[in-house]
Amino acid sequence: MTDSTRTDYLDLDTKDETFLDATELVLNMGPQHPSTHGVLRVILKLDGEKVLGTECVIGYLHRGVEKIAENRTYAMFNPYVDRMDYVAAVSNGLGYCEAVEKLLSVEAPPRAQYLRVILTELCRIASHQVWLGTHALDIGAITPLFYCFRDREEVLKIFEKYCGARLTTHAFRIGGCIYEAYEGFEQDCKKFCDAFLPKLDEYEELLTTNRIWVERTKGVGILNPEDCIALGVTGPVLRASGVKWDLRKAQPYESYKDFDFEIPTGLHGDTYDRYLVRIEEMRQAVRIIRQAVDGLPQGPIMAKVPKVIKPPVGEVYHSIEAPKGELGYFIVSDASTQPYRIRVRPPSFVNLQALDKMVRGLLVADVVAVIGTLDIVLGEVDR
Amino acid sequence: MDSSLVYEILLRMRHDELFDYCVDITAVHYPKREAQFDIVYILYSFHHNERVRIKTQIKDGEHLRTAVTIWETANWLEREVFDMFGIVFDGHPDLKRILMPDGWKGHPLRKDYPILQQDQEWVKINLGIESGQ
Amino acid sequence: MIEYIKGYLSSGTTPGEAGNMFWATVYILLVITGVSVAVLCMNWLERKILAHMQIRLGPMRVGPHGLLQPFADALKLLIKEDIIPHDADKFVFWSAPVVVTMTAFTTFLVVPFGRTHAVTDMNIGVLFMLGVSSLGVLGIIMAGWSSNSHYPLMGSLRSSAQMVSYEIAMGLAIVSAVLMTSLQTGTGTLSMIGIVESQAAQHTWFIFKFFPLGFIAFAVFAIAMVAETNRAPFDLPEAESELVAGFHTEYSGFRWSLFFLAEYSAMLAVSSIAVTLWLGGWMRPFPNWLGGTAWDMAFSFLPALTFFVLAAGCFLGTIRMPKIPQFRVQTIGLGTFAALLGFVGLVLLVPGVRVRIQDIYWFVVKVAFFMYLYIWYRGTFPRYRFDQLMKVGWKVLLPTGLGVLIATAIWGLMPQLSAAILGVLQ
Repeated sequence: MTDSTRTDYLDLDTKDETFLDATELVLNMGPQHPSTHGVLRVILKLDGEKVLGTECVIGYLHRGVEKIAENRTYAMFNPYVDRMDYVAAVSNGLGYCEAVEKLLSVEAPPRAQYLRVILTELCRIASHQVWLGTHALDIGAITPLFYCFRDREEVLKIFEKYCGARLTTHAFRIGGCIYEAYEGFEQDCKKFCDAFLPKLDEYEELLTTNRIWVERTKGVGILNPEDCIALGVTGPVLRASGVKWDLRKAQPYESYKDFDFEIPTGLHGDTYDRYLVRIEEMRQAVRIIRQAVDGLPQGPIMAKVPKVIKPPVGEVYHSIEAPKGELGYFIVSDASTQPYRIRVRPPSFVNLQALDKMVRGLLVADVVAVIGTLDIVLGEVDR
Repeated sequence: MDSSLVYEILLRMRHDELFDYCVDITAVHYPKREAQFDIVYILYSFHHNERVRIKTQIKDGEHLRTAVTIWETANWLEREVFDMFGIVFDGHPDLKRILMPDGWKGHPLRKDYPILQQDQEWVKINLGIESGQ
Repeated sequence: MIEYIKGYLSSGTTPGEAGNMFWATVYILLVITGVSVAVLCMNWLERKILAHMQIRLGPMRVGPHGLLQPFADALKLLIKEDIIPHDADKFVFWSAPVVVTMTAFTTFLVVPFGRTHAVTDMNIGVLFMLGVSSLGVLGIIMAGWSSNSHYPLMGSLRSSAQMVSYEIAMGLAIVSAVLMTSLQTGTGTLSMIGIVESQAAQHTWFIFKFFPLGFIAFAVFAIAMVAETNRAPFDLPEAESELVAGFHTEYSGFRWSLFFLAEYSAMLAVSSIAVTLWLGGWMRPFPNWLGGTAWDMAFSFLPALTFFVLAAGCFLGTIRMPKIPQFRVQTIGLGTFAALLGFVGLVLLVPGVRVRIQDIYWFVVKVAFFMYLYIWYRGTFPRYRFDQLMKVGWKVLLPTGLGVLIATAIWGLMPQLSAAILGVLQ
């Protein structure tokens, strides 16, 4: 228990000799703060409004997912991964299922792969919409938030119709998908794609050429490619710095090599470029969904996987391009039904490390913008 | 490979083989072995589009040299390994717990750290009864 | 005594000028009540309009269409626990909201709702309003400092810097409007009523005077006034996503509601300055184009008509209510509200009232337009950053204001100048 009347830390007795004394202001932003996207705590060292340095304190949402994994079977752990990046639960599930499949050396049948791609790309759109809404809210534009959530609702409806859950979907199983696409799935996806593109233009109308938005985001939180790579930053943040690297192209998994899509990149690596990159990624996701729906093959949706999953002794690292960056699973198996060790390489955790470098010398208002542009989900940072 | 060589090899991987992106640093605990810990470095090269795993084994209490000087991203990753396994990285700029609270006892991802320990202890201290779990 | 009271009615001036204390008190009470009611309405309207801009419904539960929500809020704020931080400077903490509210209400002393509908008419009216409203910043600094916490401190620092810098641009814009008053008569005035009357004498609103100069001055003022009242996109002092709630982070309950009241009445106050200086104050639109007694008569029915339209809207809402028992109370409530609005409309048809209410109606409509703009800004714009805010204030608005001032002066002197030049030439 801390005593609320304690004042000794204020060091009240020592009198300052200098007349005008500029001291650092230490501002404790979070863990309860409107724009730290959950329970992130950032300790800011300020000179007036200028940021001299930051320190992130994380772990408030730590649930010990990796420890839980060691006490669950492979199939039982599957729903847990959805709880890490809860705004992009489908991507998490995909990464995990693929990693275990790699360990078992099985491959999901083509139809399952296409279904997975459709759902993952839908999920990418949903995740980016949450990002856009909250990012705009951080910068002070309240309206985009509601627009984004209105349209995200359509994605969630498709998820709900497909697997019964909206947020933590548990849509995939090891070896494929368990649910066949419901009747009208293709039409729903197509309808969503057709309706979504004009809505995307609507967001852009509100923000892209808005002078205040441009002033607030251009030149803020610049990361050059070298820093990005040194800091291990991945995903849209890396691409906005001009590095054309996307795991879907670099090391294609699932059926991504069948589809024709672009990897959007930025030039300056500032907040505005990251915004544009993510907007363009949503367009590309729509493109992928359309191709996948059109080419959806017939056939089984589940590979031959034993009832009790007992992978051979060995270890595997598999990573996918989640909406936030490289999401990797490192699994060590000891030939029992439970994984010996699962390590999750969360994109948000690594990306958050770049915060300090990005906000030095900027103002307090920019810290909020930069936290928003990194697109972190604290569930994934803390696991 | 031998733990004393790791730093040299990592350095060489970074500069000679151009593995410029440190994907992940993690550890695996094998309590029955003499060298209890596997430290795994997962590296990626943008030039070759290749991924490499470098593994080393160390005993409990043994130190490793930090990789922060090679890849900045190793900072938090090593802190997490320290937090979860108690492996000390020499030369790390700010080696302290990252996910667990500062006063936490033990290192949770070690195999000898039971999953219910914290809960039972809390119940005993705060409620004064045996935990039913 | 009765004569004293009656004597004023035939005087045709404001109670302040007539020196009639009784009516002055009545007017003050009316203005305070009116402003408070306006703030309540504004609260509801802002939530509803903003909600509809953002594809939401806004308050719907408390009363039909959330009509009673402001009252519920006010009640909640009154009975809420009043928290004072342990390390706060109690006296300053206590007096800050009082200062803010007092200044916000005091400005309404000189606001002319009509030729005779003002508490008083001062010959330095505009100056008085500027002076008193800028005292409000003192309250904000007091609040931020006395809270003894980082967020409020930063909020109040931002606020003071912002208000001081925008006051200059605002003052320049006002001076250029005041310059315009002196054009016909040669003697300018700072009196709020005098300014409106000189617009009447010159047969134009100052926003159209010396087009585009009047309009630019008005635009400078319109931007600066948003910054003055700490509203989006200049709401940095209370930037929610950065400073939690800015200078009133540590306030709760009734004290917080005083800040709320002060903010909205300050918005009303600056809007009334804008209306008085550029939009012809209480005068109805198109007096030149649609002039004459017949048009005057026609325009005098508009207030009643407005209320009838509102009543019809409410009545339509009553019809559209779901016909289930759970909604019976709501339906009855909305119906009553419609009837009330209709009744007010009927009262406004009574000839005596109809004539007297004219100027107030037009004034309120113009202010309401500004209030809508405030909500619209809030729904559309992201927030400026502090340095950008300062840049806009000092590098854009200030030079523009200065330029407009000089240009207005030159333009105003044009007849004399040209006469002088001609004289020299001859």
